Amino acid sequence: MDGIGPFDPTVGYPSGPAIKEIGPEGRHIPLWKPLHMSRRAFLRGVVCSGTVIAGSAYLFSTASPARADARAVERMISLTVNGRTHTVDVPPNETLAFTIRYRLGLTGTKVGCNHAECGACTVMADGVTVYSCSTLTHRVRSKEIVTVEGIAAPDGTLHPVQQAFIEELAPQCGFCTPGQVVSAVALLNKNPRPTVDEARHALSGNLCRCGAYDHYLRGVMKAAERV
Amino acid sequence: MDVMHNFELYQPGSVADAQAVLKDNPDAWIIAGGKDSLDWFKDRVKQPPALVDISGIAELHGITAQEDGGLWIGATTTLTEVAEDAAVREKFPMLAKAAGLVASPQIRNLATLGGNVAQDTRCVYYRDGFPCYRAGGNTCYANTPTAMNREHTMYEASRCVAVTPSDTAPALVALEAVMVIQRGSRQVEVPASEFFIGPEIDITRMTVLERGDILLGVKVPGKWAGSRQYFEKAADRNVWDFALVNVAMAARTEGGKITAASMVCGGVQCTPRRMSDVESLIVGEAPGAELEGLVKRVAARGARPLNFNHFKVPLMQNLAARAVRSLAV
Repeated sequence: MDGIGPFDPTVGYPSGPAIKEIGPEGRHIPLWKPLHMSRRAFLRGVVCSGTVIAGSAYLFSTASPARADARAVERMISLTVNGRTHTVDVPPNETLAFTIRYRLGLTGTKVGCNHAECGACTVMADGVTVYSCSTLTHRVRSKEIVTVEGIAAPDGTLHPVQQAFIEELAPQCGFCTPGQVVSAVALLNKNPRPTVDEARHALSGNLCRCGAYDHYLRGVMKAAERV
Repeated sequence: MDVMHNFELYQPGSVADAQAVLKDNPDAWIIAGGKDSLDWFKDRVKQPPALVDISGIAELHGITAQEDGGLWIGATTTLTEVAEDAAVREKFPMLAKAAGLVASPQIRNLATLGGNVAQDTRCVYYRDGFPCYRAGGNTCYANTPTAMNREHTMYEASRCVAVTPSDTAPALVALEAVMVIQRGSRQVEVPASEFFIGPEIDITRMTVLERGDILLGVKVPGKWAGSRQYFEKAADRNVWDFALVNVAMAARTEGGKITAASMVCGGVQCTPRRMSDVESLIVGEAPGAELEGLVKRVAARGARPLNFNHFKVPLMQNLAARAVRSLAV
């Protein structure tokens, strides 16, 4: 009858696991060094080198069967994003968010809910805002895509919307900001002098969990005075 | 991320090409805006082996005037286009309003009118993949003592208690629109009031569309063009959400009295529900507080709410009264 039952102080139990090595200053010595690489840099590296792609065949659907029917779409397509035309290999079941983030490395576009319910993935297709997470890349391959990276001028000058968002402290955690920027720019391209209600309506498809809606709204109205 | 299953994607350029593909792939799924379809695939509840994207077929897109003063609206016309079109706004303002109240701006920019009327029900049990009647099983998970059924039906339940989720459907039924369907080599015209079917007729689908059918578009006749119209949607949230109850009304008035009325309510039955009691009550009457009181008394007559959707009764009554009130101004 050993090992089962309440603790008995008269019994000499075997000792537990050995105590870990302690350094000279009384600190635990880690056996590894932290990798000084941001998540963004890591993702870029993955996209550029393709090293991890082989390990994630499920995500990238590289195992999909060859086209059985010649009428079905070709995987190799040219996609115009931010004025540059890319030739990319896109399986039929890939969403636009996936293509622009993981094939083109444009990680400014965020995927929040992946169900067309939050707006973080908003991009423009021919000037019209769409949820890239819920749009097949093949569906919009003939359209001009503009992501948040294509909003600022090539020399890095921010778009009035971006500048106004900074001034109005619109981004709190910032995750919804790329979508908010794209929605606001699309609105001002179409309607440079929106009323507050029109602006609110145009941004209504973008959730902000920090609740900075009024800040975004003020940003749009401020930007409208400058464009 | 929720990654979709592998499928073949077809992007035919004509209805004939699309039909050829549908003939060779009996399990193919027709997609246009894809706003509802992709959720089904991401949740892995539906996994069709082939998708036919009809958004590239030019003849299915666009709004054109008809000889009778009505409009032809192609099935793949986006909801934004319907909501912002000058002719729709002038002739059928309630259809423009209904289309403009669907989901969110980004969804309306891709989602199509055809997809909005042909979409499947939003019953959470069915959507989550429960093997319910509608999914081919032999029980209803939404009509048990503990089921969450505040979005569900009050009329004509037959095993299934799901409701029509569409905002444009009640508007089209009220406007007496006609759905044009390509079935085989012929075009079938179905009145909107018969296009939607309840569980009594077929529990596994919401519309008369069968496999291989393609909804070409909607003919909105000139009958109600330029009439007094009203649309209101009551939902938990202003954006994204589906209607708890919505009401669509077209009416004509003369000398302060209502001469003709067509009123349809969504979200209370599996199909858009024509409020014939209200229609027959208000024709010939002058809108006012007295009529509104009577409208409230008959609007939800015969309702049989479930455990958690009793609130839809006063909602329906008040929406009907508000529609009638809009004629007084």
